[in-house]
Amino acid sequence: MFRWLLIGLLSISVVGVSVWGYQEHQEKNAILIQAENDYQRSFHDLTYYIDLLHDKIGSTLAMNSKEQISPQLAEIWRITSLAHNDVGQLPLTLIPFNKTEEFLSEMGDFSYRVAIRDLEKSPLTDEELQSFESLYKMSSQIESELRKVQNLVLNDNLRWMDVQLALINNDDQADNTIIDGFKTVEKTVEGYSEGKLNASLMGTSSKKDGFQMLGDKKVTEEQAEKKFRDLMDLDKDTEVSITKTGDGANIPTYSFSFSKEDLSGYGDISQNGGYPITIMLNREVKDAEISLHEGMNKAKKYLTNFPFDDLALIESNQYDNVGVYHFVPSQDDVWIYPDAIQVKVALDNGSILGFVGKDYYENHKERKIPSDIISVEDAKSKVNPKLKIEDQHMAIIENDLGEEVITHVFLGTLNNDTYKIFINAINEREERVEKLKQAETKY
Amino acid sequence: MKQLKLMIILVTCLPLFLVYVQPSEVKGFTSQVIQHGATGNDVIELQARLQYLGFYNGNIDGVFGWGTYWALRNFQYEFGLDIDGLAGEETKAKLTKASNYDKNYVIEQIEKGKDFTHYGGVDKNKQTEPSKNNKKPNNQNNTSANENNNNNSANQDQNKNTDSTTNEKDMEPTAVNVPQGFSQNDITLMANAVHGEARGEPYEGQVAVAAVILNRVESPTFPNTVSGVIFEPRAFTAVSDGQIWLTPNDSARRAVLDAINGWDPTGEAIYYFNPNTATSSWIWSRPQIKQIGKHIFCM
Repeated sequence: MFRWLLIGLLSISVVGVSVWGYQEHQEKNAILIQAENDYQRSFHDLTYYIDLLHDKIGSTLAMNSKEQISPQLAEIWRITSLAHNDVGQLPLTLIPFNKTEEFLSEMGDFSYRVAIRDLEKSPLTDEELQSFESLYKMSSQIESELRKVQNLVLNDNLRWMDVQLALINNDDQADNTIIDGFKTVEKTVEGYSEGKLNASLMGTSSKKDGFQMLGDKKVTEEQAEKKFRDLMDLDKDTEVSITKTGDGANIPTYSFSFSKEDLSGYGDISQNGGYPITIMLNREVKDAEISLHEGMNKAKKYLTNFPFDDLALIESNQYDNVGVYHFVPSQDDVWIYPDAIQVKVALDNGSILGFVGKDYYENHKERKIPSDIISVEDAKSKVNPKLKIEDQHMAIIENDLGEEVITHVFLGTLNNDTYKIFINAINEREERVEKLKQAETKY
Repeated sequence: MKQLKLMIILVTCLPLFLVYVQPSEVKGFTSQVIQHGATGNDVIELQARLQYLGFYNGNIDGVFGWGTYWALRNFQYEFGLDIDGLAGEETKAKLTKASNYDKNYVIEQIEKGKDFTHYGGVDKNKQTEPSKNNKKPNNQNNTSANENNNNNSANQDQNKNTDSTTNEKDMEPTAVNVPQGFSQNDITLMANAVHGEARGEPYEGQVAVAAVILNRVESPTFPNTVSGVIFEPRAFTAVSDGQIWLTPNDSARRAVLDAINGWDPTGEAIYYFNPNTATSSWIWSRPQIKQIGKHIFCM
């Protein structure tokens, strides 16, 4: 009797466990499938967009009328951004898939640049047409390779989750068709990188020769450390740890850090010239005792320690008990936006919590201010007449193409919103319109 | 005898003199100069007073934004002050003299979380929720402001009364500053990621991780949104193993704000890894920039 009872109980529990296990298995599968579907969607979207992109680029090459080219390029720009998003959703981060992404971003930059330009005034140059053609070839290669991979995926029922697993296990031996396929795509595109847009077209050349003002003179580690200790006001007993940057850094620095009971700090000092690039201090900031305005005066006073010329405050913000200030140098009353400097001040006792001079050291040089600029009134007439202009100054900014241009800046209001409008002071173009942020309601 | 008369005159005049002097003294405001970007009680009072006079039409939220800035400049223009957009001593004195500030009313509305306005010469009951019924100030408002100027001393007394009955309750601003181009939600999401990825790291290591997220948004080889970068599959271990949903601490939030405001200790890195746990050989092949805490940052 007892035996039968035991057998009954055991078999019931066996059945119960298997039912439970089966359910778990089902749930796990459902989630796996869900994830798999997401990957699949991204992948197929990507191939579709690349197809579309290829066709669009081809038809644009055949176009002649300017009225058509601009909207067509705008469309290409839109598709590249969609395709780019899809690439980002695939689990490919750690396999070299950069080239394809670079193609997308180059295509996007190029189409945007040309689409916003007045082609009536400045039509496509021969160089640009060549770049465009080479991009077209790249797109056709990527398209055909992706189609191959897509075909394999569909025919052999390949799953992205397996790619994911192969990557997680770092299993190089595994014969993974998808990864191999993507590596082929990468190789093909690499072959085309010679035909890439040249740097002057990309407008990134100005970045390359940055940090000129730091000079060639190297400082020793000891000199840099002394500078850091002076800036942080550290006594001899505080231990400072030092690291040097590796070859990936676009500006060689010494990095210092220290940590005391209630205060820790970090700083980057450039190896050339020994300039402080970044300074950070971290401590508990108590309730605000001084105003944002007084904090600004502290920040200004602090900046007199540096060889900065006239500085103009472009923004000040209070975040809880700290104030953050953005300054730009002003040369002959023209504000130099690319050379921004940031300072952070604790509003409990007015001590400096941080400083960033990277943009300043990277971009700063004596600017030539052209004399043949249009008058404020002329520039004002280019601003949307609905705007009520409240304030105005002149500034050098980097426009969408990455070039430095001199502009008249107008601050104006429309209803309850404030806008900043940059009008090019040479060719009267509306370079940029920014809606300035409003405070956000707390939730 | 003559001297005594003089004394009497002096003695009787003295209180008058005192009463006369008092209105020009800044009563409600603290002695601080208020400037664009500030938050707090002084800003609430500034906005309320500017609204009383009809210069300011935005929300009284305690954040000195652009709306408040233009309102203040217009006020300075109308009252013949230097137009600098700073609420300094003179400006505050003029403002206090010209307007009435019902602190209790404002505190009550803010505490109840109601939409409200503080226009002069309009019935208070009409100025609270529902906000659609709010009367915008009309021309009548200007005259009432002038009236205020005339019987200033009476107002001042009334002001003093309300001030003294208020037992210095602290008002919290109902809004916060956010850096241009970012919402509070973006900041929270980033703080979550930073907390999950680098909560054991020194402060600069947390700023560094936040800076990498922002550098990726800027980079052509990564998605162009904060959420896109963070949720990119296999990009951050904290996202894959669910640690991103831990509640971020204050330090992570501050690190994110610093990074958004321009602090980047990594030198524009777009990758980082922990050398003790990294399994991928590919990541080691990236050109390295520097090590902060346990992480190596690279291009």
